[in-house]
Amino acid sequence: MTSAILSTSPLAGNSQPKRATRRVLPGFKLTLGYTLFYLSLIVLIPLSALLFKTFTLTWVEFWAAVASPRVLASYRLTFGASFVAALVNVFFGLLLAWVLVRYNFPGKKIIDALVDLPFALPTAVAGISLTALLAGNGWIGQYLEPHGIQLAFNRNGIVIALIFIGLPFVVRTVQPVLEDAEKELEEAATCLGASRWQTFRYVIFPSIAPALLTGFAMAFARAIGEYGSVIFIAGNMPMISEITPLIIIGKLEQYDYAGATAVATVMLGISFVLLLVINALQSWQRRRSGGKS
Amino acid sequence: MKFMQKVTLALASLALTATQFAAAQTLLNASYDVSREFYKEYNAAFVAHYKKTTGKDVKVDQAHGGSSAQARAVNDGLNADVVTMNTTTDVEFLAKNGVVAADWATRFPNHASPTTSTMLFLVRNGNPKGIKDWSDLIKPDVKVIVVNPKTGGNGRMAYLAAWGYVRKTGGTDAQAAEFVSKLFKNVPVLAKGGRDATTIFLQRNIGDVLITFESEVVSVDREFGAGKVDAIHPSVSIIAENPVAVVERTVAKKGTGELARAYLNYLYSDEAQEIAAKHGIRPSNQKVLAKYASTFKPLQLFPVSEYFGSLSEAQKVHFNDGGQFDKIYTVK
Repeated sequence: MTSAILSTSPLAGNSQPKRATRRVLPGFKLTLGYTLFYLSLIVLIPLSALLFKTFTLTWVEFWAAVASPRVLASYRLTFGASFVAALVNVFFGLLLAWVLVRYNFPGKKIIDALVDLPFALPTAVAGISLTALLAGNGWIGQYLEPHGIQLAFNRNGIVIALIFIGLPFVVRTVQPVLEDAEKELEEAATCLGASRWQTFRYVIFPSIAPALLTGFAMAFARAIGEYGSVIFIAGNMPMISEITPLIIIGKLEQYDYAGATAVATVMLGISFVLLLVINALQSWQRRRSGGKS
Repeated sequence: MKFMQKVTLALASLALTATQFAAAQTLLNASYDVSREFYKEYNAAFVAHYKKTTGKDVKVDQAHGGSSAQARAVNDGLNADVVTMNTTTDVEFLAKNGVVAADWATRFPNHASPTTSTMLFLVRNGNPKGIKDWSDLIKPDVKVIVVNPKTGGNGRMAYLAAWGYVRKTGGTDAQAAEFVSKLFKNVPVLAKGGRDATTIFLQRNIGDVLITFESEVVSVDREFGAGKVDAIHPSVSIIAENPVAVVERTVAKKGTGELARAYLNYLYSDEAQEIAAKHGIRPSNQKVLAKYASTFKPLQLFPVSEYFGSLSEAQKVHFNDGGQFDKIYTVK
């Protein structure tokens, strides 16, 4: 039994079992201890504070807080808009990463740096500038509005803002994987008579799919929690364009701490489940394409 | 929450000790967003006055934010000596949690509000839609910009003023509810806060009329240039109090009680009332008010208590989840 386990470990080899139980890298306990301490300090303690505050509610109050029609509409909007935005980002983010990795052209470094801008820009600035662009009297909005296309102060605006803030996540996760992809494999595929589409579908795509999924998950998670940029462009009409973070702020405004944390807990729960599912998908995909899970 | 409170407290007290080395006595005033310019001028006046009367140097720091966000920050441990808000519910919340005295409203004259404001309309230059009064706001072709009552005191006051207008002109509560509902049906965008509403109206060019505080009108003229908009005084509007209180928790710890009371009392002086008037905030001193009658056109004003009991009762009935405001959007 032990030898079976050990033989799967790449480092075990032929050495004696006693020595093999020692890890090659020193400091495991110290680093694990630090990891747990750090995670608790930065993530778990604030989150448990959130849960404790929620527990001050009875079930009936909790349900009333998290399942009123306005709140339900906001979940649909927040998760729906985040999903659409992340999907769009997967497509165009891959395109961007592809261009940045595979081609050389003047100004490439600048474009590469531009990708990170949404990371650094204060989100309120992003929201205000997008609104200024897309509103009926903005640079872009003035040409679209006469054709009946309204991009600001409705759900379209929300999706656009979320696409903006999520883009770097996809590009930056796919880029290094594309860089590491072995070009020889693609050449081999071509030599074996694969069409360009087949090369992409059967050679390139499987190797970058996990990174794409990770990028999707990050962009999606980021979009769910986004407040600053969306709030300026959303219009914020109850039942129509009111995102869940705004519901939380609204509850805080009426000093309903418990209600606000209850909605936050529900959001957190849904996000956590979604991220777990995405992670599972990812490891399934990796196993299927023959990599280590 | 406990842990977070301790961290904020620790940080705040660190910051405090750092500043105490620099000056003899400091005072922190936690105030609402748009009062920044007023308090900048008032603080300078107060420091000079305090030096003259007591010979002591004092330094006043300001912390600005949304009124109720500020109240939450003070409640959670921000070491402000005084709070100067624009919504009485914010101070009542602090009183309920024992941060300010329970009888704060009687500790200073005029229900502890040295100044007030009211809700006015801003319309586009020349008033193309001919908006004169609240009843014009429910016409089908009028687009109204107003702050979301869920996120801003400005919006709550606008809502209550509209409700009060119907009552004042002889309507019933049911008629008022219908009127307010019609009014909000004309709202294309609910702004997050007062400044956001101004931006939507003036920079995005959305809407025919903006409902906002009288004091905003002055700053609009200053920032966007006079003549872009006209101020319209409706026949009836509401009195919005700007309550002040000493944060007992902080002054007990810092020993700044005397100073804090002197600071708030001086808000009632002629000098301070004049400064307020210059910033478009209604002075409570009748003499000063009369002097600036061109800015503060007399209109029929009613207090919140006339139709709503108190602001916190109005909050419960109208703005809390499931209240009257929610019904506008959820009941079809």
